[in-house]
Amino acid sequence: MAAAAGAADDGGVRTARRGQLKVFIGMAAGVGKTFRMLQEGHAEQAGGRDVAIGYVEPHRRPETSAQAEGLEAIPRRRLAYRETDLEEMNLPALLARAPQLALIDELAHTNAPGAEHAKRYEDVRAVLAAGIDVFSTVNVQHLESLNDQVAELTGTRVRETIPDAVLGEADEVVLIDLTPQALIERLRAGKVYPGENVEAALGNFFTVENLLALREVALRQVAQEVEAKRLTIEEALGTRQERVAAAAPQAVGERVLALVRPQPSSQRLVRRAWRSAQRLGTGLDLLWVKPPNQTIAGEVERQATALRHLASVLGATFLVEESDSLVDGAAGVVRERGITYVMVGESLPRRGLARLREPLPQRLMRAMPPGVDVRIVARRGDNGGAR
Amino acid sequence: MTVEHVLVVVALLAGLAGGYQLARSRRRGRRSERPQAIHQILLPFAGPAISRRAVDAALRLARAEEATLMPAYLATVPKQLPLECSIPAEAARAMPILEAIEQRATGQGVEVDSRIERGRSYRHALARLLDHERFDRVVVPATADPGAGFSGDDLVWLLQKAPAEVLILRPGPEDRAFVGGNREPA
Repeated sequence: MAAAAGAADDGGVRTARRGQLKVFIGMAAGVGKTFRMLQEGHAEQAGGRDVAIGYVEPHRRPETSAQAEGLEAIPRRRLAYRETDLEEMNLPALLARAPQLALIDELAHTNAPGAEHAKRYEDVRAVLAAGIDVFSTVNVQHLESLNDQVAELTGTRVRETIPDAVLGEADEVVLIDLTPQALIERLRAGKVYPGENVEAALGNFFTVENLLALREVALRQVAQEVEAKRLTIEEALGTRQERVAAAAPQAVGERVLALVRPQPSSQRLVRRAWRSAQRLGTGLDLLWVKPPNQTIAGEVERQATALRHLASVLGATFLVEESDSLVDGAAGVVRERGITYVMVGESLPRRGLARLREPLPQRLMRAMPPGVDVRIVARRGDNGGAR
Repeated sequence: MTVEHVLVVVALLAGLAGGYQLARSRRRGRRSERPQAIHQILLPFAGPAISRRAVDAALRLARAEEATLMPAYLATVPKQLPLECSIPAEAARAMPILEAIEQRATGQGVEVDSRIERGRSYRHALARLLDHERFDRVVVPATADPGAGFSGDDLVWLLQKAPAEVLILRPGPEDRAFVGGNREPA
C-alpha cells in the first residue's frame, strides 16, 4: 500500500488514479479491526504519508480511542433525522481535505437520510475515485452472500450488508483473527462493550459455537479472496495460461459435480458429494443428464422433484441437461461450470455384451478437461448410481 | 455338434425362459392379490437423533410389507430467513442420521428414499411433507422427553391430518439407544 503513496499531488494537481482500498475483515465486533486499522494508519503517517480519519467508531472502547490520538480526524457532521441529530462522516470535508490516506470505519454502515449516499461503502467509492487511498473495516456477516448462512448459523440476522463486489474491489483484504475464547475473554473484561451489555452479549450472539462458525466463515472468505486475487494476478502475467490447457476453464478453487438420476439411491450420492463440497469449502452442482425422449412424469417426476428439493435444502444447484450421451452431457457441463471434481454412483455389475464397454469413470475421464478428478461412490446394495 | 444337440440346447433355453416368465407373473399375481399393499412408510423425526426402537419398528414393517421406508428429517427455519433458503447447519445434522438409517435398512434388505423437509416448526415441516409426498403408513415415535420430537398435540394433529395409517410408538426405556447424531450411538 505504501508503494502507491506517491500518487497524490504532483505540483498541486491530483492525478486521476483510483485510490487503493484495504479492508480489515473480522468474524465479529471486538476482534480488533478498528484498532489494527488505526495502528497501520500511524505506521503510514510515520512513513511520511498524509493520513486523516474520515470516520472511526470507538464504541466507547478506551484502547481504540487512545489509538486514534495523534491522527488528524475530519470533524463529523450532524444530520437531523426524525428530531434526532445523527453523526455521520463528512464526505465533502474529507474530499476537500484530500489526504493521501483516509481511515473510514464500518464499511457496511447505512448513512442517515440526507447524506450523499445511502451506504458508507458508496462514500468510500467516492473517496477512492478522488484518488485517496482508504483503510476500512467490516465483519464477515455483513457480506450479502454470507448473510443468510451466518443468520442460520447464529440465529441473528444483520441488516446492514454490502455487496460482495465491494470486497472484491479491495486491493488488500486483511483478516483480523482471534480465537473465540480470546474474544469472549475480551468481552468479559469489558474491552468490547460497556459492562452492562456484556452478559446480554454473552448469552446471545457471543457464544463459542457462534464464534467458531463465524471464524470458519471468515477464514474461508479470506482464503477465497486470496485465491481469486492470486489467479487474477497470475492470469495477468500470463503464467496460468501457460500452465493450464486452453480447454480448461478459468476455475477459481474447487467445484464439485454429482451425476444423479431421478431415483432414491441418488440421495446418498448427493449426501456424499455435499460433504465433500463442505470439506473443500466449495459449491455443489447436481446434474441429471436426461435422454431427450424421456418424459418427466410419475415416479421420475417425483424423484426429480425430491432431488431438486434436496438441492435447495443444501444450497446446491440442480441442473438438467438433455443429451443422448451421459458422458457428453456431463463433459459439457464440467467445462461450462469450471468443475474440478465429479462424483458418480457405482454402476451395477454389467452383463453380456455390456461387459465389453469401457466403464463410465474411464469414459468420463477421457471426455473431460485435464485435471478433473472422478470419484466413485459405492453402492449400498441398492440399484444406485449413474450408469 | 449334431442337430439333436442344438435342438436340446434350444429346448432347454426355451424352458428356462418360460419358467422365468411364469415365476415372474405368479409373483406379480400374488402382489396384486394382496389387499391395499403398503408401498411407502414415512418415518418423520426431528432433533439430533432418532430412537433405535423406532427405526427398527419401521424397518420391520417395511420389510414385512415390501415397502420403501421414507425417513424424513424435519428441520426448522428461523422466521427471519426465507422458508426455502438453504439450511447447511440443519442438513449437516440430518446427514449422519439418514446415513445410519440407510445402513440399517440395507442390512435388512429394505429400500430407502430419504427426505429433509423445512418448516417454521416441526409440525409445519410435517404438514408440508404430507402435502407433497404420498405414503401409506406413518410411523411416529412419541417421546417422554418434552421439547424433543413430537408433542401430544402434534400427534393428535397428525392423526387428524395424515391421509394414511398412523402408528404411534409408545415411549420406552429402550429409547435411550439412538441412531445417528451426537447421542449414544446405536
